[in-house]
Amino acid sequence: MAIALILVLIAVGSVLFHVLSPWWWTPIASNWGYIDNTIIITFWITGVVFVAVVLFMAYCLFRFRHQEGRRAAYEPENKRLEWWLTIITGVGVAAMLAPGLFVWKQFVTVPEGASVIEIVGQQWQWSYRLPGKDGRLGTSDIRNVSSDNPLGLNPSDPHGQDDVVVEGGELHLPVGKPVKVLLRSLDVVHDFYVPEFRAKMDMVPGAVTYFWFTPTRTGTFEALCAELCGVGHPQMRGSVVVENESDYQAWLEQQPTFVRSSAGLGPKVESPRLTD
Amino acid sequence: MVDGTLGAVGAVPPAEVEDMELYHPKSWVTRYVFCQDAKVISIQYSLTALSIGLVALVLSWLMRLQLGFPSVFSFIDANAYYQFITMHGMIMVIYLLTAILLGGFGNYLIPLMVGARDMVFPYVNMLSYWVYLLAVLVLVASFFVPGGATGAGWTLYPPQAILSGTPGRDWGIILMLASLIIFIVGFTMGGLNYVVTVLQARTRGMTLMRMPLTVWGIFTASVMALLAFPALFVGAVMMLFDRVLGTSFFMPALVEMGQQLQYGGGSPILFQHLFWFFGHPEVYIVALPAFGIVSDLISTHARRNIFGYRMMVWAIVAIGALSFVVWAHHMYVSGMNPYFGFFFATTTLIIAIPTAIKVYNWVLTLWLGDIHLTVPMLFALGFIVTFISGGLTGLFLGNAVVDVPLSDTMFVVAHFHMVMGVAPILVIFGAIYHWYPKVTGRMLNEALGQLHFWITFLGAYAIFFPMHYLGLVGVPRRYHELGEAAFNTPSVGTLNAFITIVALIVGAAQLVFLFNLAWSLVRGKEAGGNPWKATTLEWQTPETPPAHGNWGKELPVVYRWAYDYSVPGAEEDFVPQNQPVVARAGAREGAPA
Repeated sequence: MAIALILVLIAVGSVLFHVLSPWWWTPIASNWGYIDNTIIITFWITGVVFVAVVLFMAYCLFRFRHQEGRRAAYEPENKRLEWWLTIITGVGVAAMLAPGLFVWKQFVTVPEGASVIEIVGQQWQWSYRLPGKDGRLGTSDIRNVSSDNPLGLNPSDPHGQDDVVVEGGELHLPVGKPVKVLLRSLDVVHDFYVPEFRAKMDMVPGAVTYFWFTPTRTGTFEALCAELCGVGHPQMRGSVVVENESDYQAWLEQQPTFVRSSAGLGPKVESPRLTD
Repeated sequence: MVDGTLGAVGAVPPAEVEDMELYHPKSWVTRYVFCQDAKVISIQYSLTALSIGLVALVLSWLMRLQLGFPSVFSFIDANAYYQFITMHGMIMVIYLLTAILLGGFGNYLIPLMVGARDMVFPYVNMLSYWVYLLAVLVLVASFFVPGGATGAGWTLYPPQAILSGTPGRDWGIILMLASLIIFIVGFTMGGLNYVVTVLQARTRGMTLMRMPLTVWGIFTASVMALLAFPALFVGAVMMLFDRVLGTSFFMPALVEMGQQLQYGGGSPILFQHLFWFFGHPEVYIVALPAFGIVSDLISTHARRNIFGYRMMVWAIVAIGALSFVVWAHHMYVSGMNPYFGFFFATTTLIIAIPTAIKVYNWVLTLWLGDIHLTVPMLFALGFIVTFISGGLTGLFLGNAVVDVPLSDTMFVVAHFHMVMGVAPILVIFGAIYHWYPKVTGRMLNEALGQLHFWITFLGAYAIFFPMHYLGLVGVPRRYHELGEAAFNTPSVGTLNAFITIVALIVGAAQLVFLFNLAWSLVRGKEAGGNPWKATTLEWQTPETPPAHGNWGKELPVVYRWAYDYSVPGAEEDFVPQNQPVVARAGAREGAPA
């Protein structure tokens, strides 16, 4: 008896907790509202199943509890019922899988014309690289990494000369423009994660991985590492500033290019250009 | 096939099977220490697993103290925290759950339930336990070596697992890998025994489709473990080589703290594939024995045949097979080729179908039953609730795109604790309350059992259900402290403190269980041979606890499936598997052909 009542309380309580609790996702700041929608669909389907099965259990426990003289029914199987339940479950699963795969296709397909940037992880900080005037990132090799060349850019690649390297600072992005993020790591596996963007991907030493998104509102967002990377893992923070195009361009102008920083000249202030 | 009528086998006279091949103990040492009786080995496995499990419980307290009350306990620094979570995870998954379900319950129940005298290779079986004990000791030793235990997370992902930014990089990781290798050697000895015993040593009449689901679950899980553990074995050997010999299986060229290291050409993702090729089947290696056991608990205590036995068997086999093609759903954001996501999301969601069938059939076994709310039954019901919850959240994480925001957050932690922590452990408790009378001849105390159940079940649900929502907020897992962050609102801190307090209470409640185990051994009510009026063979032994060799002079002969409860026309509400059909001729109308 008690257990039937408690199961009802668990079912009802879980739903109430879901509806009333203050813990919910952060307001989205990217195009991945599709992901949120898929989660909502999944919540609805799984929530209905959870409540239905637990309430049914509670009913059985109340209705068929042991009483003097009761005898259970003998019914080894019921093919019809079993097949119906299988089919209904299959439909429910398909209803979650179909939108899931549809959105996954979008997630792995980078739109034409997305700008390309690079985020590099190392214990325990983030660095960023943006293409310079030529719009292309130069090649890189971990063997080139040194104190003058922290991201291991290829010094002889012409495309890399004007790349903008931001070490340990903020990443700025223009609002409303799709961006393909290339991910590299110098040492261990990291994961660049901004909760508001929803999207994330591990960065793996020895490989270049990617994800893409479009920032949809301006603001400063905190980035953190989402893959255990050693004892400093929780301190590996960064921030992403999403701003309008003109602010972004102004910021970009202030950043040192690869050639300047590897020559030890630091951020550009008001000096004539040394290259190009 | 599930029918009790038997045809030819029923006419064969019971055979006398001498037990001359068994090694009977000649001294105290061969009876209780180096013993070849599967039942003693089972108890050795179970007690060792529960002991090391207590260590894992204390570790979970320590990590929860840090999460609930950050910076209050100065001895839990970041190094210690990562060592605690790593050892907690590895102990729980491998050294407690796998060991107790296969080594503990497998050893006790397989020979008794299939009507064998013992495992087919008793000596190897004994060796299996001692090798397991060695693995546990090596693991425990890693707490005491310079640098302490490894803090690489239970997944041990390289390169960080063997680089100096991770605690326990000097000796801890080496001992961890060595311990895993030893464990797998030991398990293989046991696992071969479980599989061959089920295939070769079933008594006459015990067809595969008459076996109790407990045996089906443990058997399938053992086959899976024999196929899955080798992947972890080679992974551990290769990483050990990378660490000790300087090979580069998993190590690309990399720069550590400004220094170019000598590694080059290896792949960190290769390790992840090997790990999860083991790691996902491992979830079902733990779950399938629990599925089997809980089926038998529900059927016995609801006095009703398990609903849809054949479907239940095929679901176990289908889950076992499918679980080998879903592993990369742990790796949607690992940087593997993203197109794998389509395949693995599909297989992962398909596996939900046989799993759901099992849940329906458990619940439909309650329908029209005669439900006795014994302590084992309460734990079985608790299992169903927590398993549904954990299984449904698996549909979030298995769906590639939903996994993207949720992976590596507390949502994942809540999910896998509910589904492969709480749920199987509730089954283990239920099983101990259920079979303790057979093992010791005495009942566990009912009132203490009820207290233990309610605190554990409600507490565990209160710990892990709200934890999902921390993950939705964006709280990452494996954070020693959240620090200043947008997601670290005061309400998140409150919830973390609440979870910690409940975890302390639930942990303390396990002392009630331990006390009950010890107290009932001496003071428990005499159980008799078959206190639950169950049908399966282990309850029909001539002696309780069963003697070495289990059956006296004659092996039992099986005439029916394991679920003849409340058969119409039968005098009692259960008919043991070894009761001949003729004893109740004419009572077959209700059974299917």
